[in-house]
Amino acid sequence: MKEILCLAEHRSGELRDISLELLGKAGELAEKLGAEVSAVLLGHNVDGFAQQLSTRAKKVLVVEDDKLADFNQAAYQKVLSHLIGEHKPVLTMIGHTAFGMDLAPSLAVETDLPLATDCIGLEVQDGKLFAIRQMYGGKVNAQVSFPGATQHLVTVRQGVFPIGESKLNGEVAAVASPLTEEIECKKFIRYVEAEAGEVDITQADIIVSVGRGIKKKENIPIVEELADCLGGVVACSRPVVDSEWLPKERLVGQSGNTVKPKLYLAVGISGAFQHIMGMRSSETIIAINKDHNAPILNIADYGVVDDLSSVVPLLSAKIREVKGE
Amino acid sequence: MNVVVCVKRVPETGEAEVNITEDGKNIKGDKLVYDINETDNYALEEALRLKERLGGSLTVVSVGGEDADEQLRTCLAKGADSAIRLDDNKFVGSDGFAIARILCAAIKDLNADLVLTGCMASDDGYAQVGVQLAAMLGLPHATLVTDIHIENTTAEVRCELEGGLATVFEIELPAVIAVQTGINEPRYASFRGIKEAMSREIKVLGLCDLPLNEDDVGEAGSRIRVEKLFIPPVEKMAQLLEGSAEETASELASILKEKGLI
Repeated sequence: MKEILCLAEHRSGELRDISLELLGKAGELAEKLGAEVSAVLLGHNVDGFAQQLSTRAKKVLVVEDDKLADFNQAAYQKVLSHLIGEHKPVLTMIGHTAFGMDLAPSLAVETDLPLATDCIGLEVQDGKLFAIRQMYGGKVNAQVSFPGATQHLVTVRQGVFPIGESKLNGEVAAVASPLTEEIECKKFIRYVEAEAGEVDITQADIIVSVGRGIKKKENIPIVEELADCLGGVVACSRPVVDSEWLPKERLVGQSGNTVKPKLYLAVGISGAFQHIMGMRSSETIIAINKDHNAPILNIADYGVVDDLSSVVPLLSAKIREVKGE
Repeated sequence: MNVVVCVKRVPETGEAEVNITEDGKNIKGDKLVYDINETDNYALEEALRLKERLGGSLTVVSVGGEDADEQLRTCLAKGADSAIRLDDNKFVGSDGFAIARILCAAIKDLNADLVLTGCMASDDGYAQVGVQLAAMLGLPHATLVTDIHIENTTAEVRCELEGGLATVFEIELPAVIAVQTGINEPRYASFRGIKEAMSREIKVLGLCDLPLNEDDVGEAGSRIRVEKLFIPPVEKMAQLLEGSAEETASELASILKEKGLI
């Protein structure tokens, strides 16, 4: 029987959602590929996760080793290349997470597997696997094939595939750890938590968020004024934090905060998926952007395609007018 | 300390209209503005700072056509010591894996203590070349790096995770480090630097100059193939408000009022 391996991801004692998203999609692909799905769980004291995974996979391969307690790509890669060598899976699925980005490309080199990264779609046509992935910051999708391949490796974008149903009663199988010694070339030292700032944007009902389109630090006050009119807080996308125009605690997106306010007003934010992931559950989304092709307009409720420096101050004035200030 | 930085020339598509070519395999690039890939620019800055602190040499390497000289000259203008461009007709159509192989062939004899790359190219979004290059060179790596401390032959790196968390790893040098945006504040090239860089030599190496075969590069050496590009289907387009800034601002204010948000 062919096999699909899905790498479970966990961090600080929690199984991450991507693990279940992979299994959901793998279940669907398994039928088309005539394969069975096995979850791969590496770690230390992870019995609880194994039980969780066993409801969604035919088999859970557990490699228990204290050297796998914290994610270390070098250690994970040794174990996975060993498992791939033994099982010869038709497909190996890893999350396109920070861990996955560290692990999958070098694993592909070691195991000589073709790799498609950051997949947002996977489909089987005439028994062949195709991946859909985004290019040019989400403005273009690409259908990608694996010419001549019988085994495939993919990393899958987080939050794209729904979490699969838990309806199975899979077998939990312990696999002896192939790690014989400590990995010397790469050592996990510690986690660093985000520093708490003065404002917790995740608690705000109204967020005015600013992106690269603001152009310079001197323009930030116009969005602060708008947030002030609305009784909301200012947040931002990555380029604004990278330029140190606003502190990191204000960052919305994959590497920052996930927010669900009543109103998310995106000003000059194009809407890269890393940002969208952090705000798409907002109740009402309004986008002001001068690019009518900006991906943010595909998820916003209302959009204004115009220069933010003219619209934003006018909007602040109108709001004050409506409020009778 | 000898540092090699890999850079890529990419089109700026953030605010530009992107159109697909008739054969569906590429985008129309003629009207786009090109620049050094954003994360590569941070990698270059990190390398410049390491050189200023620790001395040694800084070599920039790029796979690309003659156009990429523009980006390599900018790197020279900022303080890189030498530039190598890897260019051959046979390289066309290389996927991330084949690009890593081309880079590996050129870099392995450069005696680098550290290879820096960006963590992701903004055009193809592969986020794999730096890490694959490390594997091919047989070196340890780290990616999404937002801080680097070098102490003798070890690098302590901070790698960004999701949700504001980060991990600190210690890796042995030589190594490949793929950096994330925000690790530093990239400098601009000085006018004088740009002028001087105009006359500097850029070494160009092709397939026959590298220990590679035709089958290792281009489509033949690639593991994946882009079959077709298409504009992503729109799930739910925003209701676009039309009119002057005055009119749209007014309409937005009414919508906010209606929803009880003001």
